[in-house]
Amino acid sequence: MQADIFAKKKRNTLAYLCLLGAVTMLAMVITEYNAVKGIASIPKAVQWGMANFYPTAESLEKLPVILEKMQETLLVSIAATTAAAVFALLFAIFGSNTTRINRFFGAVTRGIATVFRNIDVAAWALILLFSFGQSSLTGYFALFFGSFGFLTRAFTETIDEVSGGSVEALKATGAGYFSIIFQSVIPSSIPQIISWILFMIETNIRSATLIGLLTGSGIGFTFNLYYKSLAYDTASLVVIVIIAAILLIEFASNYVRKVIL
Amino acid sequence: MKALLEVNHLTKQFGKDSKALTDVSFSVQEGEFVSIIGPSGAGKSTLLRCINRMIDATGGDIRFQDSQVMNLKKKELKQVRTKIGMIFQHYNLVNRLSVIENTLHGKLGTKSTLAGVLGLYSKEEKQQAVQILNVLGLNEMIYKRADQLSGGQKQRVGIARALIQNPRMLLCDEPIASLDPNSAKVIMDHLKKVSTTMGITVVVNLHQVDVAIKYSDRIIGINKGQVVYNGSAKGLTSEDIQRIYGSEADDLIFDIGGIHAG
Ligand SMILES: Nc1ncnc2c1ncn2[C@@H]1O[C@H](COP(=O)(O)OP(=O)(O)OP(=O)(O)O)[C@@H](O)[C@H]1O
Ligand SMILES: [Mg+2]
Repeated sequence: MQADIFAKKKRNTLAYLCLLGAVTMLAMVITEYNAVKGIASIPKAVQWGMANFYPTAESLEKLPVILEKMQETLLVSIAATTAAAVFALLFAIFGSNTTRINRFFGAVTRGIATVFRNIDVAAWALILLFSFGQSSLTGYFALFFGSFGFLTRAFTETIDEVSGGSVEALKATGAGYFSIIFQSVIPSSIPQIISWILFMIETNIRSATLIGLLTGSGIGFTFNLYYKSLAYDTASLVVIVIIAAILLIEFASNYVRKVIL
Repeated sequence: MKALLEVNHLTKQFGKDSKALTDVSFSVQEGEFVSIIGPSGAGKSTLLRCINRMIDATGGDIRFQDSQVMNLKKKELKQVRTKIGMIFQHYNLVNRLSVIENTLHGKLGTKSTLAGVLGLYSKEEKQQAVQILNVLGLNEMIYKRADQLSGGQKQRVGIARALIQNPRMLLCDEPIASLDPNSAKVIMDHLKKVSTTMGITVVVNLHQVDVAIKYSDRIIGINKGQVVYNGSAKGLTSEDIQRIYGSEADDLIFDIGGIHAG
């Protein structure tokens, strides 16, 4: 009986591997992708990068403009994340099993959050392009909706995990709903909530760069502009600035995490 | 004398066919120390939580003081809950807050929404909290964060939070199940003192028969959701224990005479 289970598991694994292989082959045939050629071109790509893709003294003149765009992207990401966090916290409180007002309302809130979570930020950007056109507002709302879905889920789990016991205890003392939220749920989950917000800001700065390409705004657009006009040195400077900004934010948020936890 | 708490024909059904409590009836007098014992899954926690409606019972009725608990509206229920302190196996404190803040949480039931949300406590309430913490031997810990305390200390904070409510009754769900024997004794001694010196009624779920016999005025034995023993702690015989614990009793049979003597 037990041996049967193991044998079955092995057969399943094998079947999955074969299926995966077949799908890969099929995809390669359809797209006329040649694996050997693809791998062989890597050295050439590196060579090209070394020859063209580095900042020159000339491109440094563009630095102030680039930094300004970077700053815009950073601020849009932070603004979108923090605004999303406020709404996410509300939805998490109404959707969490520990703090929901009733079963029906909880399910509705969770449902809304699930819809938002399952649409990718890039998809949001494309959808919103229709309403807002190519502007930073599109980027802002795309990040806002994407973060809202993700943060609601993260906050809900945090609340359920940390505050179940103390919520029960305060209910038993006769405390009201809002007293319980502010005296037990929020103090218990605030470090994790801040940690998730920081994580989301980091992620959003990365996404913002890509979304900028779509929406024609921020640092992504700047990169696209220089790249398309064959100014590879300036484009590479943009990349370096992006990497530096991401590292800086990550460093800052790690520091904050260490202090609050 | 009229009983403080009266439970009549209480039943609780989870889902379709799992009956946690069947026709449970008993009463508790003012100032009494009552232990509820029974095997795991017998329905002890469910019974305790039905009394203050943390769980809604399926049938029967419960009277606490002059209130029919099952019929209370939301607001009246909160009012009744302020008169009943509850103590938990896992303490259920807010770990990131200080001992005194956790203690003052016991006052939230009597506060307006605004005062509760902002955590506004009067000077008298703070003094009362300090005084209760002193009595429980936590004077050194007042400003420590709850997660820096030992299990026994946490449970004393749990007791402090219940006492600041000025309760008529304490419901304790296995208050010593997660503690070492020494801390367990400290906690049980405090509960006993609360009952004898302050006249507060104590109802406590216990796993340890010997502890129940030692501290209680009366023992209620529960098996499969039914009351199978309801009598004095002194009167509990090995046959009764057999009846309460069923086949598990063999592991529990000890020199019961020795316990009664001690
Ligand atoms: N929320 C619930 N949903 C469904 N069944 C439940 C629920 N809570 C308890 N039960 C069932 O009710 C019965 C009594 O549970 P209860 O927790 O009251 O037992 P207990 O005597 O406190 O046990 P223990 O000593 O292990 O704490 C068990 O069979 C349990 O599976
Ligand atoms: Mg229990």
